[in-house]
Amino acid sequence: MDTFLQLVLNGLMLGGLFAIISVGLTLIFGIIRLVNFAHGELLMAGMYLTWIGTTKLGLHPYLLAPPLVLVLFVIGVAIQRFILQPLLEARDAHVQIFATVGLSTALINLALLLFGADLYATPAAHVRDPILFGPFRVVVGQLVMFGAGIAVVTGLHFFMERSFLGRAIRATAQHRAAAQLMGVDVNRIYMVTFGIGAACVGLAAALVAPVYPTSPTVGTYFVLTAFVVVVLGGMGSLHGAFIGALLIGLVDSLSGFYIAPDLKEVVIFGLFILILLLRPTGLFGLGRGSE
Amino acid sequence: MLTLNDVQAGYGRTTILHGINVTVQKGEVVTIVGANGAGKTTTLRSIAGLVRPTAGSITFEGEPIEKLSPHEVVARGITLIPEGRQLFPFMSVRDNLRMGAYTPQARARMATTMDEVMDLFPRVREKLEQHAGSLSGGEQQMVAIARGLMARPKLLMFDEPSLGLAPIIVAQVFDVVEKIVATGVTVLIVEQNVFRTLNIADRGYVLENGEIVMTDSGEALLRDDHVRRAYLGI
Repeated sequence: MDTFLQLVLNGLMLGGLFAIISVGLTLIFGIIRLVNFAHGELLMAGMYLTWIGTTKLGLHPYLLAPPLVLVLFVIGVAIQRFILQPLLEARDAHVQIFATVGLSTALINLALLLFGADLYATPAAHVRDPILFGPFRVVVGQLVMFGAGIAVVTGLHFFMERSFLGRAIRATAQHRAAAQLMGVDVNRIYMVTFGIGAACVGLAAALVAPVYPTSPTVGTYFVLTAFVVVVLGGMGSLHGAFIGALLIGLVDSLSGFYIAPDLKEVVIFGLFILILLLRPTGLFGLGRGSE
Repeated sequence: MLTLNDVQAGYGRTTILHGINVTVQKGEVVTIVGANGAGKTTTLRSIAGLVRPTAGSITFEGEPIEKLSPHEVVARGITLIPEGRQLFPFMSVRDNLRMGAYTPQARARMATTMDEVMDLFPRVREKLEQHAGSLSGGEQQMVAIARGLMARPKLLMFDEPSLGLAPIIVAQVFDVVEKIVATGVTVLIVEQNVFRTLNIADRGYVLENGEIVMTDSGEALLRDDHVRRAYLGI
């Protein structure tokens, strides 16, 4: 029983990390209606930046989180402004999605060129220190990810519900033309949205780097899982992404122990196909927000 | 206040407006009358910046606005209440109204405006916390008008406010439009209910196949044989 509860705990902690990555992905999908295939590569870029910051500047990765959030926000805004926005007028909406696939490949190869295919370990003091709760044990890094996950989802929730900008973001998703008539600059909304999505990944990068080795293809692992989370939660739903992330964290942790570590991805993606077959709108999706 | 000078506009290769001239003076209520497809909505969309004119100029308070984006036009003080209501369906009525006050000028006075608008729409006040998408068509139209007023526009444009509504609701919509007119705001209105609209309008334009064929005071147009035959069925 203790083992089971320990696994549940591990799963929820992991879910916190998936939540941060997935919330960014689902936001971009729900508002811009864009599947961002470069999401993982932004995470990868953030992880290399974390590695550079820790090894060259001697900073703790957690200290790098705020500047990384800022840098990734700017990168996200720039991607939307200079790559995706010009494609908005394209005859086929899929062109934007192909552009993110291209960006993903370009970033992976840029990383290969700059850093080679080796794994880079980001040093971090105390991240792996255990904390004991009675019979249960978590490490500092896990707890930080979980706390950050909750903070990001809660923060974004209040931002979207309460602020003028958040409301304008929702309005743009629900009715683009009407939002323009209210005086909303929708291109700016898209830039901010992509920026926020990328900023989430910047935070995730600073938290993941100390516990997971960095390589050019590291983003793929995390973001493939995030796609499962986004579909499970209902594409575009913030709450759905959060609950979905915790569920997938649990599945990851439990199946890794009770079935086999090598098979946990089989379980996760088997689940993915099942959701698509049985409930394509996800657990919390209502097919809402569509024009 | 607003001048359209030889405006041409269309979609793709189809030209809808073949050079129209329209003026609206401050404090006036002006209507554009015409059949379906004559170009009434295109005229309003050109002013709002949703359609870019291919030729001609649009000036508002002496400045050209024909090249501005929709959000810039709103910032100048022109608000379009679009055909088909176009509310944000998954937002509460209150949030829809807040969106109406999105421009910095309107936002600064949002609480006051909200009170004023609620006085005009007591029924909307009761529905503030409901999702806009759950309201009836007539209620949605009232919210759409209220949302337009939240911007505190200098020029308010209505596109077919009574379209698709039951006759009793149409009467309520016109009551509201008349109340708004009475507050002194400048209004440009496009409406299929020609009789009621000409009754409240100071002046009207008759638009046929993308050209202005006639313009006169509302009263005069109501007495005009061509207007009576073509639009009033008399």
